[in-house]
Amino acid sequence: MSSEALSTTLFLVFVAGTLAITFWASRQNRTAADYYAAGRSFTGVQNGLAIGGDYMSAASFLGIAGIIALSGYDGFLYSIGFLVAWLVALLLVAELMRNSGKFTMADVLAFRMSPRPVRTAAGISTITVSIFYLLAQMVGAGALVGLLLGIKSDSGKILTIVAVGALMIIYVVFGGMKGTTWVQIVKAVLLMTGAALVTLLVLGKFGFNLSSLLHDAAQQSGKGEKFLEPGLKYGTDAQGVWGKIDLISLGLALVLGTAGLPHILIRFYTVPDAKQARKSVQWGIGIIGTFYLLTLVLGFGAAALVGTKAITAANKAGNTAAPQLAKAIGDDLFGSVGGTVLLAVIAAVAFATILAVVAGLTLASSSSFAHDLYAHVFRRGQATEGEELMAARIAAFVIGAIAIVLGVLAQSLNVAFLVALAFAMAASGNLPALLYSLFWKRFNTTGAVSAIYGGLISAVVLVFFSPVVSGAETAMFPKSDWHLIALSNPGIFSIPIGFLCGYLGTVLSKEYSASKYAEIEVRSLTGIGSEKAVTH
Amino acid sequence: MTTQQHDSSVYERIQGEERFQELRRRYRSWAFPMTIAFLAWYLLYVVLSAYARDFMGTKVLGEINVALIFGLLQFVSTFLITWAYARHARTKLDPLADEIRHEVEQEADRA
Repeated sequence: MSSEALSTTLFLVFVAGTLAITFWASRQNRTAADYYAAGRSFTGVQNGLAIGGDYMSAASFLGIAGIIALSGYDGFLYSIGFLVAWLVALLLVAELMRNSGKFTMADVLAFRMSPRPVRTAAGISTITVSIFYLLAQMVGAGALVGLLLGIKSDSGKILTIVAVGALMIIYVVFGGMKGTTWVQIVKAVLLMTGAALVTLLVLGKFGFNLSSLLHDAAQQSGKGEKFLEPGLKYGTDAQGVWGKIDLISLGLALVLGTAGLPHILIRFYTVPDAKQARKSVQWGIGIIGTFYLLTLVLGFGAAALVGTKAITAANKAGNTAAPQLAKAIGDDLFGSVGGTVLLAVIAAVAFATILAVVAGLTLASSSSFAHDLYAHVFRRGQATEGEELMAARIAAFVIGAIAIVLGVLAQSLNVAFLVALAFAMAASGNLPALLYSLFWKRFNTTGAVSAIYGGLISAVVLVFFSPVVSGAETAMFPKSDWHLIALSNPGIFSIPIGFLCGYLGTVLSKEYSASKYAEIEVRSLTGIGSEKAVTH
Repeated sequence: MTTQQHDSSVYERIQGEERFQELRRRYRSWAFPMTIAFLAWYLLYVVLSAYARDFMGTKVLGEINVALIFGLLQFVSTFLITWAYARHARTKLDPLADEIRHEVEQEADRA
């Protein structure tokens, strides 16, 4: 049996299993709290696993391992930013949000504000951030499947994107939050097991001596010592002054973006209370941290055992380094059958990863559309629960369809920057509004709306005039040049702009409600009046 | 079970109470300085990665250099802060928050 056939079989088993879970979950989806928040009945441990499943995207599994395999140490910078970011969520956001919100990020932002303008802004921001993130995953899926399943034709790739999109729509429309969460839990367990297995084999090969693994990686890379130091990819001397500022800008967006990502924030609503929300972030941090440590070994292992030449021959960005490593170590230790099996397992895990993440993103954006824009803005809170849920399902279908179409159209574009942009937008627009809402007494409607639009728009505008869109060989439009600033990551400017807009908007408006602030402050810290778990 | 609705005056009354002020102080005086500390520690790491490459490339043990150790220490500090916060919340915040919440819920049940 070929590796492709085995991968496909394993993947189909995963699909069959998750579809069974989805249909089981669909029979329990009765109320809005069931659909949006899984009845708030997951335990902290379960939700911690789901947080890992939601967060560890194909970009971080294959992408970071690939960057480390090709550029060495610099890939590790990503891992660290992605992990430390969780402390912002743990210390400042998770519990307070669980206590004061209901279904979406906008519930917290609109809590003490005039609901329509704030929900509109938060809804637009949620959907924009999620769709950028979603698009990156969809395009990645097409490229990846091409490589792993040996599908080289364009029609094959398009078919794969359509299939991924269709599955994601089914998970979300029928399974709601409960189905999606279970898909993420299963995926997190598979991903951790697969990554740990390959890591152990690689470490075993080097006698559990990290230094000798690093030595071989540096040798094989052809870059010597530099491979183990920062600076091969980001802030290189060739990039000059702006290159180093760009690195710091990326670091800021990574560390401040996570706690503003809507698909992550809504996970805190799936547990019964703030204590479980805290516990889920603790577990999430443990799982995600361990995972990035494994990725470090996978990346350096691929550099040492597969080699730069073979990795770039398969994929220029190094996205297949981890599966290639699985094959190489399997071949080496157990013969060609072992290599085939390991490759198939890792490839199937990668598909599961993509599916779980895109489902989480579709759920976050469709929930925000239905709950924030449809029910509160268009219908001014007059929609029935049934109407709202119907809107959520239709929105999930439409957003899924849009993601499929864009994913197919964007096949040939370089979309790697989309994830970084999504993090920058979340850090610049959502996080300032969220933190001010929770902690700043004086904050008001104008402030919230200014923070969201100011941060979001400045991030998008800066990227539009950056070398990732035009004026560079690797740009989205390599043949045109309208770039104004040599900065790929907007965070260093757009994050302060978001905070500043929120501040100025607030002080320039007289609106302020002491009683609403008392309510959110007391609720968020004590849990009085917080949404209770659903008991069936 | 439906969510209890409380009169907004309840929240203003509790906000004014000494006990709640104490809870708020315990939360903020831990979470805010710690946030500044871990962000500064992280930014130090990022800035050194950008500007102090010779230092980061210094070998410490075999092929293991300062950059790798510094990076791994970010993992260690993240795990430690997570553990310390959980402990602080369990011992210093939860009992007070539970006490205030139970009282209000009992009042609401009586009413």
